Amino acid sequence: MIQLDDIDKDILNLIQLDFPLDVHPFEKMSFQLGISEEELLERMGRLNEEGAVRRIGPVINTKRVGGISTLVALKAPESKIDEIAELINQHQEVSHNYLRQADYNIWFTVSAANKERLEQIINDLQEETGCPLINLPTKRLFKIGVKFDVK
Amino acid sequence: MSNDNVVMDEIDTRLLKLTQDGIPFVHSPFAMVAEELGIAEDEVICRIEQLQKNGFIRRFGASIGHRAIGITANAMCTWNVPDERVEEVGAVMAGFTEVTHCYERPRYPDWPYNLFTMVHSYTKEDCEYVAQEISKATGITDYNLLYSVREFKKTGVRL
Repeated sequence: MIQLDDIDKDILNLIQLDFPLDVHPFEKMSFQLGISEEELLERMGRLNEEGAVRRIGPVINTKRVGGISTLVALKAPESKIDEIAELINQHQEVSHNYLRQADYNIWFTVSAANKERLEQIINDLQEETGCPLINLPTKRLFKIGVKFDVK
Repeated sequence: MSNDNVVMDEIDTRLLKLTQDGIPFVHSPFAMVAEELGIAEDEVICRIEQLQKNGFIRRFGASIGHRAIGITANAMCTWNVPDERVEEVGAVMAGFTEVTHCYERPRYPDWPYNLFTMVHSYTKEDCEYVAQEISKATGITDYNLLYSVREFKKTGVRL
């Protein structure tokens, strides 16, 4: 686990929802944080290297851009988990993939340009892995608002 | 609110493709994007604001490696909610600040759980506490917490 000081934590809390949309966003942020832009950029580089910040970019609303996404749960035999996770990851359309403690132990999300493509990916994965899986598309969205409160 | 009739133009699409893997951490992070698109940096910013306003992107910001910073208790809490109560119960669950995502999903013969909530925390105790509070508030007692044991992949959704 990475050691974070108070400034790092302020940075992490700021850049998730309130990253300034500005030609010079880091300069603007540095004023808010009370440090120099140079120091902020140095810290950003380190936080990125250590895995605390993966990227700063657009969080795409798949449905709104005309695409379609789903959550899939798959039952992989204990001895083949790594191999199967790797097969799943190889698909570029898979954005999240986690091992969870349950009968259905591998949980991943897939986004595709259209329904046909999505179904094809799921069928391919069923064939490639040979594992039982269930397709769990969103029927109703009540909330989506990822913000990690960094303490 | 977002205007559903608005569509993205070709420049918007290219802008998203150019930034989806992340902007560089430099004084003018949009300069190269602007040059590539043949528009001013100001217009890049303006277009990002419009993309957000019109709902094509949920936000423009950082994706956090939550596990790396110690948020290691990540529970997908799945609930078996009577179909006729989904609307009401979903709204209550979404109202908890600790809940980051809340969805209704289909059931299967070996998977009766139809409401999903995500809770990210520093400890399992925190997640369990939130789940208990949700259970108390909704009266739904058939649920389980599926903690992530390992992360195989986490990237942004790509165009």
